[in-house]
Amino acid sequence: MELAFYIAGAVAVLSTILMLTRLNIVHALLYLIVSLLAVAVVFYVLGAPFVAALEVIVYAGAIMVLFVFVVMMLNLGKHSVEVERQWLTPGIWTGPVLLASVLLIEVVYLMRGVPAASGSGAVDPKAVGTALFGPYLIGVDLASMLLLAGLVGAYHVGFRKSEKSGNRTGDAT
Amino acid sequence: MRNGLLLAGILFSLGLTSLLVRRNLIFVLMSLEVMLNAAGLAFVVAGARWHQADGQIMFLFILAMAAAEVAVGLALAVEIYRRFKSLDVDKLSNMKG
Repeated sequence: MELAFYIAGAVAVLSTILMLTRLNIVHALLYLIVSLLAVAVVFYVLGAPFVAALEVIVYAGAIMVLFVFVVMMLNLGKHSVEVERQWLTPGIWTGPVLLASVLLIEVVYLMRGVPAASGSGAVDPKAVGTALFGPYLIGVDLASMLLLAGLVGAYHVGFRKSEKSGNRTGDAT
Repeated sequence: MRNGLLLAGILFSLGLTSLLVRRNLIFVLMSLEVMLNAAGLAFVVAGARWHQADGQIMFLFILAMAAAEVAVGLALAVEIYRRFKSLDVDKLSNMKG
């Protein structure tokens, strides 16, 4: 269990270092996803399976999809085809695949071999939910308001310019 | 406990280094994600040390905050790219007032 923590932590640090030394954004995004998955494995080893699942779903799922979407949207240049061809070379994705397979082997080992993988400091999801909707209910309300504000803000910032440019092209024609 | 906090510190300083070194706006946002993730890791490690659920709840709040932050930040990045045709943060230094 200590060994699992060290392996996952080493993968997290290594993929973060590789993330911040990449030049291409998409390669860095691949390593960032591996880093988030490694931190999720660290959470699982520490005895927080609920938070580990949320880390995979929200961080490595939703937020990274948002990043990839914006990067793809911004890269719609004239050389997007050659960039695409460059991305598909196997040298790009072998590093993230190796690190992610280390994590996969570790997770499979933890799930099968050690039933009490969530060792000493385990906090089950029921306790988290009880505390979340008990004393921390005002925090849940604040988080929902923050998310609504983020949604409205992102919509406003993303929408206003396109409307304006539409008017400008309308005026030009 | 100590190793978990050490890992969180290493990840946070890596994110801070990337934030200071890189000049691409998307990289800046990714570094912010790494730093928020490291802060959440510190919370979860502390919660696991004292067998309390508070650390995980704080991580949930950090998660919600990171989601809102990255939505607004990426919308701003798209807007900046449309306006300046670049994502270089040094080119934004003429933004005054």
